[in-house]
Amino acid sequence: MDTKIATDRLRLSFGTTEVLKSVTIKVHRNTITGFMGPSGSGKSTLISVINRMIDFENNVKIEGDATIDGTSILDGSINPIELRRRVGTVFAVPIPLPRSIFENIAYGPRLKGTSDRTTLHHIVEDSLKKAFLWDEVKDRLGTSALKLSGGQQQRLCLARTLALKPEIILLDEPCSGLDPISTAKIEDALSELKSEYTIILVSNNTKQIARISDFSAFFYLGELIEYDTTEKVFTAPAEAKTEDYIQGKFG
Amino acid sequence: MIDRTVLKERFVKWVLVAFALSSLLFLFLIFIFILAEGLPLFLKVGLNKIIFGMKWAPTKGHFGIFPMIISSFLVTIGALVIGAPLGLSCAIYLSEYAGKRTRMLLKPAIELLAGIPSVVFGFLGVIYIVPLVRNYLGGSGFSLISTCLVLGVMILPTIISISFDALVSVPRTYREGSAAMGATKWQTIYKVIIPSAKSGILASFILGMGRAIGETMAVIMIAGNALKIPTSILDPLRTLTGNIALELAYATGDHRLGLFSTGVVLMVIIMILNYIANFGIKRKIAK
Repeated sequence: MDTKIATDRLRLSFGTTEVLKSVTIKVHRNTITGFMGPSGSGKSTLISVINRMIDFENNVKIEGDATIDGTSILDGSINPIELRRRVGTVFAVPIPLPRSIFENIAYGPRLKGTSDRTTLHHIVEDSLKKAFLWDEVKDRLGTSALKLSGGQQQRLCLARTLALKPEIILLDEPCSGLDPISTAKIEDALSELKSEYTIILVSNNTKQIARISDFSAFFYLGELIEYDTTEKVFTAPAEAKTEDYIQGKFG
Repeated sequence: MIDRTVLKERFVKWVLVAFALSSLLFLFLIFIFILAEGLPLFLKVGLNKIIFGMKWAPTKGHFGIFPMIISSFLVTIGALVIGAPLGLSCAIYLSEYAGKRTRMLLKPAIELLAGIPSVVFGFLGVIYIVPLVRNYLGGSGFSLISTCLVLGVMILPTIISISFDALVSVPRTYREGSAAMGATKWQTIYKVIIPSAKSGILASFILGMGRAIGETMAVIMIAGNALKIPTSILDPLRTLTGNIALELAYATGDHRLGLFSTGVVLMVIIMILNYIANFGIKRKIAK
């Protein structure tokens, strides 16, 4: 299988606290890969290395390497802003910008210099459809995005990410605050999107990972304990810890 | 029987309430006093003749303060034109770019600027700005432009500190959300942070305006105090505040009442500005 994202003995510490301990993983192209593990396992930190949002933290020390399409993304020559246009991120708490629905989605394309109204309209419609939100908002694109419900806001954030036409979508516990119906809508959207994108889904919800991901990785205290196809991890895990976690014995 | 400690607590509370209300009382007294002294002349001479009158010759029965109203507005707007971009840029630098150490150095410096007495600003204006304007632009130097320059600097602390507070209170999540979509730092500031902090920034401009319109000492030292509507930036002018300060010492009778009428107009203008500023801030909280 084709590797899209890879890390090689990646170590990361905040000050003296080691958060990632030599993580080596290969994420395959056009799949959904689930990252699971209890809080503090380092899965969100790993995400923030891939989109370089880690740059906003102080006192970070990184060793080892992380690559996209074989090129290092930790290299000084990589422009993190360019990188974030290729790697879209959806956060746990939906963060719509305090603007209209339309402007929230047009924000990314506008940053890249797209200003033509028709093109923007096209991108907005397309992105909203892919995020399964179009039907609910098509008549009120001009209203504030802050007026949407939590589930709609999260799909808006997904649409906003899609509008950037990224290669990779990172979702950091995107459904943690959502009701089951909104969650199902996001999951449906993701399942359709994987043919075009490489998706990493961080979640505490093992059932969600089992439902929609192709590959699953289990992290514990900064280490990658197990990584295999979802079927294998959930039916015949190699590690006892993975099995305990999946069965809810700790978490 | 009530416990002594309870009585003591009650006593302290009521003393504090009395002190707290006294500031309200002072405001009320000032209000009553100025209105009592200033309103009779409006009734005697007529509102129109005072507010839109072009001639101020109080000993001869002319109480027109229109040129001063215009002059006050001109210096205020001029001060804002100079102070607003400078102050906002400084606030943006402080909140978004400056490191901890630069911030620790700059913030006290700005607060110190607020503490410099206005007579010192006026003095520096007379010594440096006025000759500079006279030598390079012409005129006497005691002019609209000199006044605006000095007032522009004087309102900086107000604009900077209130804009800064508005900018730093923009949630970190907005910055991250914007960055995650590939926005550069400036794009994030320009498209997300400034719009989010808009009402606070506007409030800082309006409070800066309030400070500029109320400033007296520095203005009478630099403005030239001529009784006409300035037709160029090099013309001298007299503001509402300047009028009161210049003439109160020797005014008697209707002349004295005329100065109080000037005060009433000034008070109304400042109340309107404050109302707009509060309205802006409230709307931000409501959002």
